[in-house]
Amino acid sequence: MSALAGNYTYYITAFLLAIGLYGMIGKKNLLKKLIGMNIFQTAIFLFFIHGAVKPGTTVPVLDSRIGMDAAAYINPLPHVLILTAIVVSVATTGVALALLITIYRRYGSLEETTILERMKQSS
Amino acid sequence: MRERLENPVVEGVSKFLVPFMQIFALYVITHGHYGPGGGFQGGVILAASMMLLRLSLGEEYEHRRFSPTAATFVAAVGILIYALAGLVPMAFGGRFLDYAYLPIPGLSSAELRYHGILIVESGVGLVVWGTLVTLFDHLLGSEA
Amino acid sequence: MSHLPVLIPITLLLSAFLIPLAGYVKRDFAFAIASVGAFLAFAFSLAGLLMVLSQGEIRYHLGGWAPPIGIEYVLDALSAFMAAVVTLIGLVVLIYSRRSVLHEVPLRVVPLYALAMLLLAGLVGIIVTGDLFNLFVFLEISSLSAYALMAIGDDRAPVASFRYLILGSIAGSFYVLGVGFLYFSTGSLNMADVAQRLPALYQSRAVAAAAIFIFIALGLKMALFPLHLWLPDVYTYAPSAVTALIAPIMTKVSAYVLIRMLLTVFQPAYLRDLLPMTSIIGWLAAAGVLYGSVMAIAQNDFRRMLAYSSISQIGYIGIGIGLANPLGLIGALLHILNHAFMKACLFLVAGSIRFRTGRWKVSSFAGLGRKMPWTMAAFTVSALSMVGIPPAAGFFSKWYLLLGSIDAGNWFLVAVILASSLLTAVYFIRVLEQIYASHANEESAPMKASDPPPSMLLPTLLLGAGLLILGLFNSAIVTHILNIVVLPLHRPGS
Repeated sequence: MSALAGNYTYYITAFLLAIGLYGMIGKKNLLKKLIGMNIFQTAIFLFFIHGAVKPGTTVPVLDSRIGMDAAAYINPLPHVLILTAIVVSVATTGVALALLITIYRRYGSLEETTILERMKQSS
Repeated sequence: MRERLENPVVEGVSKFLVPFMQIFALYVITHGHYGPGGGFQGGVILAASMMLLRLSLGEEYEHRRFSPTAATFVAAVGILIYALAGLVPMAFGGRFLDYAYLPIPGLSSAELRYHGILIVESGVGLVVWGTLVTLFDHLLGSEA
Repeated sequence: MSHLPVLIPITLLLSAFLIPLAGYVKRDFAFAIASVGAFLAFAFSLAGLLMVLSQGEIRYHLGGWAPPIGIEYVLDALSAFMAAVVTLIGLVVLIYSRRSVLHEVPLRVVPLYALAMLLLAGLVGIIVTGDLFNLFVFLEISSLSAYALMAIGDDRAPVASFRYLILGSIAGSFYVLGVGFLYFSTGSLNMADVAQRLPALYQSRAVAAAAIFIFIALGLKMALFPLHLWLPDVYTYAPSAVTALIAPIMTKVSAYVLIRMLLTVFQPAYLRDLLPMTSIIGWLAAAGVLYGSVMAIAQNDFRRMLAYSSISQIGYIGIGIGLANPLGLIGALLHILNHAFMKACLFLVAGSIRFRTGRWKVSSFAGLGRKMPWTMAAFTVSALSMVGIPPAAGFFSKWYLLLGSIDAGNWFLVAVILASSLLTAVYFIRVLEQIYASHANEESAPMKASDPPPSMLLPTLLLGAGLLILGLFNSAIVTHILNIVVLPLHRPGS
């Protein structure tokens, strides 16, 4: 049970990764695939942020009572990495949504099976 | 989403909220280098204020006040600020993005690095603001 | 202190920034800025390569912060070599692209050039960076530009690009996950620093998980069998100039990252001796070689045939990496160079045929040998090189791969390389026969065709002639550049 108590964040991360992967691969609607991708990326962000935490420390904003002791603050570097990764995720979602709008205008549907049928009909 | 909603409650609340959102966004941008916040976060809040106005007051009205071309121009200015903050130190003997060589008189090297972050963050904030508003206009606008 | 490592991506990024601003004023400015930017980037990479060969590696600390705190850009023999290849192909294809793009997608000229510059900036950034997370940022920059570029064509392009987007995002996310495991195990993101701290951690499961995640991610990006499913559709439906830009260089840069992980970050001692990672890559690559060749034979669409052929050629590079001995890796690196030239030339030929006749089915290419003689001559040289006939360059990279397989005692790989060369000959001879030996039949009405205009013909001929020159001078390339690169692979005492 101690393996579960100390590491429950990692189990949640793995669970969200699995949900995201299922969404991307198992669902037939293109928009649901995109949402699965977002869940997948969120799971990775959670993993990084959990790795930055040290027990007994506080947020990495300079506190005059604690001073400049680096061991008393949590590690801010993974937070910065995740900020960059969030920006990348937003940009990817933007490009994906633009693609989906183009696909919808051309084929009239966002279901993969319908799109494949219409592609076969038009060729 | 494209026409005016003609609902006085929505319009009144949006017009009231937007100045506070923008001041908070500026606060987030300027406090990014020693607290939570930064260019991207503040830029998103600025863009959200624009999107709120576009949603509640209608596209035509808002495009006259802050047009899509203006959004692209703001983004271009932001990139220019970032590029200058990177390239100017190279002309003065430092590496790329080495703020200690920025030609601002009267500041020590450590203070220059501290304020250089602020310059770059404001550039990033402008870029994010312009880009997100452009995205919103193109994905949801009537001429898209 | 040389600014070269940072100047190469910066020129491309700045031109990507200037193109939308100038291009909306006058459309021709877009092409002018793109050519100037690509030329400057190639000039800087060539200067960097010469400087590295004479003075040793160049390390550049961004922002003045020394590693491991800061991000550093490194130009050593491997990265200078790759940067020169990528920028050269980018320059040649961009010069070709002007008439082709105006013919195929005239409304989207300005965004296409801006995205192409962003793509090149991202690829060059991946090559020169020495920081693991910075590599992810540039990887995503190049991937996003590629998704948008490939969606510009008509009909099925957006659907193919969306599938590539989903798979590419999985790859990027797995890469970040692997880097996260590495960071939490070693405490650093700098490649050289991680390489120093890893040997003490070789028994750790977190590091093994990091290696597995990173290699799945790079295998997806590289289109290593069986993670290649996005490639055929995307190469078939994109505009010709876009495919000619992306196909020769994008997957090769992911192969470069794989080699960088093998040589610098996870030392060969780990990936070759402790984990059977290189063997797995070798087996999958061998399967990809055979699969790609067989599927290429079955295609009638010329571009789809070239796409499956690309999967097969990437398999060769994977075999070279999987062998992980000096000769095998020299073969892989030489094949990266040769295949970039070969595939670029082939896709430029496909674009020229599309430009003049609008056709893309091989069965309708009858008689083109007489009507487009120079273009078909370049095609013949590339086809000979793909099959592996001396003195064209393709023979020499396959030769090194064969030597590496014999050196490792792996006779199965020798058989795979020889068999796939025969299969490659089958599908290219089919096209050559259509072009030179057959007359117009009922499927291809006699057409008016001639060689494309000089701005398109000269780059094609340049690449074809380049293949012959590379073949003649390959020993110079191997001795001066590639031998330095594969030094870490020599087993101690050999």
